[in-house]
Amino acid sequence: MAILVGKDTKLIVQGITGRDGSFHTRLMKEYGTNVVGGVTPGKGGMEVEGVPVFDTVREAVEKTGANTSIIFVPARFAADAIMEAADAGIKLIVAITEGIPIHDMLKVKAYLDGKGARLIGPNCPGLITPGEAKVGIMPGHIFRRGRIGVVSRSGTLTYEIVSHLTANGFGQSTAIGIGGDPIIGTKFIDVLRMFREDPETEAVVLIGEIGGTDEQDAAEYIGREFNKPVVAFIAGRTAPREKRMGHAGAIIAGGEGTAEEKIKAFEKVGVRVADLPEQVPQILKEILK
Amino acid sequence: MKLIEYQAKELFKKYGMPIPEGYVCKTVDEVKEVLEKLEFPVVIKAQVPVGGRGKAGGVKLASTKEEAIEKAEKILSMEIKGIPVKKILVAHAVDIAKELYLSIVLDRRNNRALVMASREGGVDIEEVAKTNPDAILKRDIDPIIGLRDFEAREIAFWLYPEDKKIALKIAGIIGKLYKSYVDSEAQLAEINPLVVDSSGQVWVVDAKVIVDDNALFRHPDIEQMRDLDYEDPRELEAKEWGLSFIKLDGNIGNMVNGAGLAMATMDVIKYYGGEPANFLDVGGSSNPEKTRKAMELLLSDPNVRAVFVNIFGGITRTDDIARGLIEAFRTLDIKVPVVVRLTGTNEEIARKMLDESGLPLITVRTMSEGARKAVELANRSN
Repeated sequence: MAILVGKDTKLIVQGITGRDGSFHTRLMKEYGTNVVGGVTPGKGGMEVEGVPVFDTVREAVEKTGANTSIIFVPARFAADAIMEAADAGIKLIVAITEGIPIHDMLKVKAYLDGKGARLIGPNCPGLITPGEAKVGIMPGHIFRRGRIGVVSRSGTLTYEIVSHLTANGFGQSTAIGIGGDPIIGTKFIDVLRMFREDPETEAVVLIGEIGGTDEQDAAEYIGREFNKPVVAFIAGRTAPREKRMGHAGAIIAGGEGTAEEKIKAFEKVGVRVADLPEQVPQILKEILK
Repeated sequence: MKLIEYQAKELFKKYGMPIPEGYVCKTVDEVKEVLEKLEFPVVIKAQVPVGGRGKAGGVKLASTKEEAIEKAEKILSMEIKGIPVKKILVAHAVDIAKELYLSIVLDRRNNRALVMASREGGVDIEEVAKTNPDAILKRDIDPIIGLRDFEAREIAFWLYPEDKKIALKIAGIIGKLYKSYVDSEAQLAEINPLVVDSSGQVWVVDAKVIVDDNALFRHPDIEQMRDLDYEDPRELEAKEWGLSFIKLDGNIGNMVNGAGLAMATMDVIKYYGGEPANFLDVGGSSNPEKTRKAMELLLSDPNVRAVFVNIFGGITRTDDIARGLIEAFRTLDIKVPVVVRLTGTNEEIARKMLDESGLPLITVRTMSEGARKAVELANRSN
């Protein structure tokens, strides 16, 4: 089972002829992901890493039956690429690209609402169902198949925590990076809803950070109706106010979005928040006993 | 990118918003000159990229030339929240019959821009939201349709029920504010206060704009407004190198790949009793020259007593980081202990390179071990 990606994933890579696109096409194929094609406008007819390149997503979908797309297109063209995928009927779109302008994303969100497509990201490492499919840029070898759902706004911090999980015998059902931007396609609460319905997921690790209110909304949702144990980690306890901490969305603005308020929101609904990454598996051991 | 008052007003002026006459001055001589042009009373306002100017004494009224010069001199020699005031805005002080609040903000929760209006202007809007939420009206805007004129009118009639003619003037300002927000791809465009004077004129008395950094490539005119008087030159230099760097007050420099891990590294340093000297994300690529540059930036801070390099290699190759570190030691005069944790892609190669280099690096296996070690070494050298 797991969620969103797996054996049924038929993936196309938008921006496949670029440096990052071709490199990760190879790594995703090596991991076992079913990559069926790629898209770069004007380069249709080529082949990259043994898969055919098309000029448009529509053609790629028609010829390959793709149901998922991963986007490596540069920031200034990425919003268009996301909308193209949605318009061609792709149901799961994963945008790796960092630096897409906010006003572009506002339009993308409104556009996607009418298309029934789910967007993961942008500015994210993608997602992985270990042993089945990797639709992203994470190092596949640190993941093991298991029963912990992982959802995170970060990339390398996720790898850090996942490596502690794996080392302690906690495999993952699906691990999802939802992205570090202020406007993202899928929020914590959306992923929690999917983990709730996934019989393979026994517990969830949620990795948040300063900025915005998505963690607080997730905490409120967990208190209301989530039925599985959750362990959280929040980055940015020492972050100064009004400074953008690398991620476009990681900013305490107008006093809102501090680590303390997020930690408090989780603790209020009985979710334990780890102080250190390596405490995450320790807490899981205690609560899954 | 934040536009401070005088810059935000420059931008708003282009959209035809009513701005009281005013001039930016950096010296008392300049103040004397502009006072010849201005009608009294005048207001002298520190131009700094932080809030709370008024409380800090950075905003003063003056009704005579002498008084204005004296107050300007004082404000120009002030520091506000640690930032020296390098320039002031000297402007005609309009008389205030009513102060209102108006802004367009990004609503992350609903993925839309929001018009926010309040009958309580001139005060901290977050405070109003807490104490008197009914005094605030919020209306979200369809990003594809944009703000409609009728929406602006509805907001304005609510905001200023006292006088329909004035309300219609305010509706016009709401439309212009929204246009400036969209055109400049802002995350925030704020007027606080929007003033109605005793003759029924409406004025933008204070303004603030935050433009989306990721959209600046489409707005060279705004990029050009960057006020170098208030930018940390190291943060700008870092940006040119594709590094994300923020200076902090502690003494443990740290260099990390990925923003989340970088924040967590700062937190772990603090957890073990240390204080981070910075936030530094070297990003996903692993160009050795970038690593060298990052070390140079960290070490340019005289407070730094120890450095912690924390890399989780995925896309980033740890051997590239190792190469950069070795190069840094070769070209920079490194006097502080450097603790290195490299995990992931090519870590064996990286470790071997560092071992064989004979450099005085302290290699560790985990993030916690590295943070503890760095804290211990920084304390020892104090």
